[in-house]
Amino acid sequence: MASPNTEFMDEIAAYGGGEVKMCFQCGTCTASCPSGKLTSYRTRKLMRQAQLGLKEEAIGGEDLWQCTTCYACQERCPRGVPVVDIVIALRNIAVAEGHMFEAHKKTADALSKYGHAVSINDKVKKDRKDLGLPEIPPTVLANPKAKQDLDKILTITGFDKITG
Amino acid sequence: MAKSNKKYAFFLGCIAPLRYPGIEKSTRVVFEALGVELVEFEDASCCPAPGVIRAFNKKTWLAAAARNLAIAEKMGLEILTICNGCYGSLYDAAHELNNDKKLLAEVNEILAEIGMEYKGTTNVKHFAEVLYKEVGIEAIKAKITKPLDYKIATFYGCHFLKPSKIKDLDDPENPHMLDDLVEATGAKSVPRKQKTMCCGAGGGVRAGFPETATKFTLTNLENMKVSGAEFIVDVCPFCHLQFDAGQKGTGYAIPVLHLSQLYGLAMGMDAKALGVANHVTPVKL
Repeated sequence: MASPNTEFMDEIAAYGGGEVKMCFQCGTCTASCPSGKLTSYRTRKLMRQAQLGLKEEAIGGEDLWQCTTCYACQERCPRGVPVVDIVIALRNIAVAEGHMFEAHKKTADALSKYGHAVSINDKVKKDRKDLGLPEIPPTVLANPKAKQDLDKILTITGFDKITG
Repeated sequence: MAKSNKKYAFFLGCIAPLRYPGIEKSTRVVFEALGVELVEFEDASCCPAPGVIRAFNKKTWLAAAARNLAIAEKMGLEILTICNGCYGSLYDAAHELNNDKKLLAEVNEILAEIGMEYKGTTNVKHFAEVLYKEVGIEAIKAKITKPLDYKIATFYGCHFLKPSKIKDLDDPENPHMLDDLVEATGAKSVPRKQKTMCCGAGGGVRAGFPETATKFTLTNLENMKVSGAEFIVDVCPFCHLQFDAGQKGTGYAIPVLHLSQLYGLAMGMDAKALGVANHVTPVKL
C-alpha cells in the first residue's frame, strides 16, 4: 500500500498554503463552488490530493486553473481553511515546474512588456483623448525609469523565467 | 459641501485606463463633484493581478505590489482603487506586509535594489467603500440633480468584500452597501437569484478558459433577465469587461455601467463624457 507523501504539504506550506492540513473533507467548498457546477474542478478533491501528496494529479491538469478565486469556498469553510491561498500556492508550484497554459503566458508577457496586464493600443489612446484624458495614462507606461524599476523586480524575483 | 474633505492617491490599474477609460473619467469627475480630491498616482504598475500574477509567482506579486504601496506611502496618502482586482491585490499585499515584519524586511531587500523602501503604513480603500463610509449616502443624494428610475442588477463581484475575514466591509453572503449606493440615485435595486456569484473572469479563467467564463456570465445574465433588471451596475472594470464584452453573441443585451458612470448620469453629466458610448453592449438611456 502506498503511503502519503507529506513532503508535498511542506512544499505547499512554503508557498503560504500550510493550512491545507486542516481540511477534514466535509465538501462545503465543492458545494459552494460556482466553477464546480460548470466544470470538472472539485475543490475538496484538490485539497485531498494536496494532503496525500498526489502532486502530479493536483498540479498537472486543467482543473487547478478553473478556479476564478471567488472565495465562496473560503468564506464558508467550517475549518477556516484559506482555500484560495492553497489554490494560489498550488499554481505557484505548477508554474515553477513548467505547467503553464499559453494564454496565461500571454498575460505574464503583458506585465513584462507594458507593466500592465493588458496592452495599450491606438483605439484606447483615441478614446482617452476624446474623453479629455492624457493619451497615455500616468503610470509606468509614461515613465521609462519607473518601467525599468518594475523590470528589475520581475528579474530579481524570477518572473523573467516564465515569460518571453 | 460634501462631508468628506479627504484626499486619496488614485490607483488606475489596467482595465479601466486601457479598456474602459470612461470609468477612469467618470470617477475623476464624480469624486470632484463630491469634494473628494483624487491625487495623480504616478509611475504605478499593474497591482499586480491577484488571480494570475499572484498565481504565477507570489514573490513577484508581493514585491511589485509593495512598490505601488511604497509610492503611495511617499505621497502620504491612502490608496483609492476603482477595481476589485486592484483592491484585492493591494489590500491583501498591504495586509500581509503591514502585519509581518519579517516578510516586510524580505520585500525591502528587493525594493532596495531600485532605491525604494516600504515602511508598511499604506491603507488601501475601494472607491465604493469611500463613497459609502467617507462621503455618505446623504451627501451623495444632495448632489443628484437627475434622479433615475431604472431597475438595476447590482453586481458586487468577489474581491470587493472577500475574504471578509480581513476586509469586513459588508456581509459577503447578503450585502447591501452597493444596493444602498445605487438607490441613492432614485433607481431601484431589484432582487435576484445567486446575487453574489462570480462573473467568471477572475483567476485567469477568462484568459485560459473563456468558455468556462462565459458559462458563469450566462448564469448571471439569465438571473438578471428574470429579475427584470434594465441595467447591470458593477464596481470593477474586470466584471464590467466580462459583462459588457462577454455579452456579445449571447442573445442578451443588458447594458452595463460602472457605479461611477451611474453617478455621473444621476448628477446630470453628459453621457458621452462618461464614456458609455464606447461600451460593446449598447447603453440606451
